[in-house]
Amino acid sequence: MMDRHAAREIAANGLWRQNAGLVQILGLCPVLVISSNIVNGVSLGLATSLVMLVSGAAVAALRQFVPNELRSPIFILIIAALVTVVDLLLNAYVHGLYLVLGIFIPLITTNCIVLARAEAFASRNGVAQSALDGLTMGLGLTGVLAVLGGLRELVGHGTLLSGIDLVFGPAARGWVIHVIPADAHYQFLLAILPPGAFFGLAFLIAGKSALDRRAARRAAGSEVMAGTMNSVSR
Amino acid sequence: MRRAAANGVRGALTLLAFALVFTALMSLTWWMTRDIVARNEQASRVALLAQVLPAFDNDLLADAIELPPAQAAALGGGRAYPARQRGRVVAFAVETSAPDGYSGEIKLLVGVARDGRVQGVRVIAHKETPGLGDYIDAAKSAWSAQFAGKSLDNPPPGAWAVKKDGGAFDYMAGATVSPRAVVKAVKRALEQVRAHQAQWAADKEQQ
Repeated sequence: MMDRHAAREIAANGLWRQNAGLVQILGLCPVLVISSNIVNGVSLGLATSLVMLVSGAAVAALRQFVPNELRSPIFILIIAALVTVVDLLLNAYVHGLYLVLGIFIPLITTNCIVLARAEAFASRNGVAQSALDGLTMGLGLTGVLAVLGGLRELVGHGTLLSGIDLVFGPAARGWVIHVIPADAHYQFLLAILPPGAFFGLAFLIAGKSALDRRAARRAAGSEVMAGTMNSVSR
Repeated sequence: MRRAAANGVRGALTLLAFALVFTALMSLTWWMTRDIVARNEQASRVALLAQVLPAFDNDLLADAIELPPAQAAALGGGRAYPARQRGRVVAFAVETSAPDGYSGEIKLLVGVARDGRVQGVRVIAHKETPGLGDYIDAAKSAWSAQFAGKSLDNPPPGAWAVKKDGGAFDYMAGATVSPRAVVKAVKRALEQVRAHQAQWAADKEQQ
């Protein structure tokens, strides 16, 4: 079993430090296609997280049976099979969501972040760690999809949470937030079309770098402070 | 040499074992979910059809009429669904399509009552520009609701066009190609229903 510290380390890597969307820049195909609003982004993100959780655990559990030179085809086989299973289960038991995500679920197979984590993490670590790594990597990607979706929706249409009724039924239609009143017919098409995803992602990556750099500078600054304090007291 | 061959065989067998196990897993899931999936798909098709039809008490999918090729070509869709109440056909929903959308074909469902009036129009598949031409989709705006109650006599055939072209139908500035295509397709569907509905209804009511 893993201890608390290791678990926290894995989660921090997945959610922030090695974020799939912002740092590893993997899995861009769905990021760019589906991030036109929050609801789509979060839905696909959660489906990807689920697949990564299961595939991480499966790859880790089976890793000692997988000959090193055959690991790529076998990992792809495992991932593709699990995606198919998730696809069928969603279709059967959460049909409303399936209608929204339908065409994107098979694409999870081709999302390189899933294979990348199988290769880089799950093939070398235990089942619990790999499941946690898959889940947090997926959730990290979900976060990026949510922020990017919100950004594009807001800039493109002046709304947030549009399309939520596709997930929660017609009753949820009133949950859509119109930041810019609906009758103004505001729109900025560039944000909604694929280029908007590239611009938005660029801003997010730059934003994360800026935050990291500031954190690093602050850490360095406090060390210097501590150093001078020490010399003064001496 | 023999060692390499043995390794190769072992690798192939491993791959085979994995393929078998995971294929079995997929087959099992498919087999377990098959009935529910089929039921879901039917239910969502019926729900879509119900949006363009008045109340009905028949099994729409079982009653669907496969149109002969000539009619299907004129309509741009292959099926008509009769809605029946106590045996009498009260309306038809037809599949149709507008080939002249801004970016390709727009697929529609048009519900027509027996008196020739539109019950409802739903866009079921399109590739129009998001945020621009996609207001024809009922999920995006109420634009398609304006067809309800219209018929080939009201507005008169000459006015079956968007207002920009001197017709009776609203559109949004900046995107006229998509609504133009839809108006044309709905009109064509009405003409086809008017020409053939007696035949379709007679076939269904005899049963």
